[in-house]
Amino acid sequence: MTLSADTRETPRWERFTPSQRLARFAVYLGMVMVVVWSVRNVRIIPEFLYDAHNQMADLFTRMWPPDLAYYPSTVHGALIETLHIATLGTILAIVMAVPVGLMAARNIVPFRLVNEFAKLILVASRSVNSLVWALLFVAVFGPGALAGTIAIAFRSIGFVGKLLAEAIEEANAGPIEALTAAGASWPKVLIKGYWPQVQPAFWSIALFRWDINVRESAVLGLVGAGGIGLILDSAMNFFQWTRVATILIAIFTVVILAEIVVTRIRKRLI
Amino acid sequence: MSDSLRDAKAKSDDARKPDRGGNPPVRPAANGQDAVLSLRGLNKEYERGKPVLTDISLDFPARGVVAIIGPSGTGKSTLIRCINRLVEPTSGEVLLGGRDLTKLRGARLRAARREIGMVFQEYNLVERLSVIENLLCGRLGYVPLWRVWTRRYPDADIARAFELLDRVGLGEFATRRADALSGGQRQRVGIARAVMQSPKLLLADEPTSSLDPRTSVEIMTLMRDIAAERDIPVIINIHDVALAKRFATRIVGMSEGRVVYDGPPEDLADSHLQQIYGRGDAGEWIG
Repeated sequence: MTLSADTRETPRWERFTPSQRLARFAVYLGMVMVVVWSVRNVRIIPEFLYDAHNQMADLFTRMWPPDLAYYPSTVHGALIETLHIATLGTILAIVMAVPVGLMAARNIVPFRLVNEFAKLILVASRSVNSLVWALLFVAVFGPGALAGTIAIAFRSIGFVGKLLAEAIEEANAGPIEALTAAGASWPKVLIKGYWPQVQPAFWSIALFRWDINVRESAVLGLVGAGGIGLILDSAMNFFQWTRVATILIAIFTVVILAEIVVTRIRKRLI
Repeated sequence: MSDSLRDAKAKSDDARKPDRGGNPPVRPAANGQDAVLSLRGLNKEYERGKPVLTDISLDFPARGVVAIIGPSGTGKSTLIRCINRLVEPTSGEVLLGGRDLTKLRGARLRAARREIGMVFQEYNLVERLSVIENLLCGRLGYVPLWRVWTRRYPDADIARAFELLDRVGLGEFATRRADALSGGQRQRVGIARAVMQSPKLLLADEPTSSLDPRTSVEIMTLMRDIAAERDIPVIINIHDVALAKRFATRIVGMSEGRVVYDGPPEDLADSHLQQIYGRGDAGEWIG
């Protein structure tokens, strides 16, 4: 069969090929199936679901009015301890994450094995929740703020190290080449070539992680690792709902304040 | 004059005479004495069996501007980076002042690198540092680590940096951040940084390719003059034939990783350009 010259086809364009369309449909179908499957698995108890709103209203009436006198006597101290856990934990995490992050960056250490080892450390740190880390360290150091601080630090290594390694890998290679050509040794290239480029990302990562750690350290007390979670746990165990309310308000306020502070500083950095 | 020197001179005079067959004149295989830099049988393969540079042997005298011309992808950048070993040559020798740089490692390699200043197409300044600190980065090969860390550069270096900054016409930009400058200004900083190294040799990899024509001429003029003032030879990769002919005292033409022309700019004929850049009317490109 020959194509005659005058049967000109109008050019057609479609975003996806038929096989891509099929693949996309399969993905959508898969997502619906996952939702159906998980709802079946959760086994919702209808009796509890039906009166959930009553329970909520009941809880709120029991919480009202918050026991504000409880704040200066106990909550304040615990809150400060929480902030200390978050801050110290973040600093400790950065100290440990910087070398691991450097090792993970392929443009700094050109050995695949070292990169992979560093990434293994980072993944291990991230894959364990801070509450689980806290349980572990409470067993090691006994209950208290020390266990909490170490837990926060270990959980943060992965986060800080991974983002730091990515920032380093994104650094422009041009200045590095120029400094190497000038005869600069490796540490000098690191200080004058990489650090100025990574600096904004570094402070941004550190602040962001501190912000997260303020929130995380608030619950560490549930497993005995110090901070405001400790008194929250006991207040709930004794059904002192007005005290629970005070503690929740305190946590909420601090988290909002941390968020505002971090956002402001980050804006200035960039 | 010693016998060996005279011999070498006679030989080189001989070789300078152009070949009757119309082949490009072959440069003298000068003796190591008056060449500040000699490349001997330089080869580079990024992948096995795919040579980027093939058997490059060149001598660069202690003064003057040598322009290396050729189409993109012909190995000019690789060649220039093999000199200070930003790229590792596969085989061959790079002799700087008679010393083979390809054998050096660690501190000795760094000490050799600081004697070779380099200017880049994309300027390669540290954008978030001030202009003056970018200049001081040219001293990184000399200044001890603690001084770099604490930013306590020697007074002599700082004085020199300000002096050089004035020389390239950016005196009032010392405390500006490098990313606040225009392309031409950045390249001036790049040149000043390279000269801060007190180099014996200046390399430039397409220093004008990111600049407009007028700025290109300014940059080439500055580079030629500043090198002449300090008696430093310059090797420039450049694809702009007109600029090369205007500023160079010698032109090396490359095609597919080989040297196909080596001689004075006046002798560079259209036939050579066709050999370097392929078929076409050479007059069109060089205007």
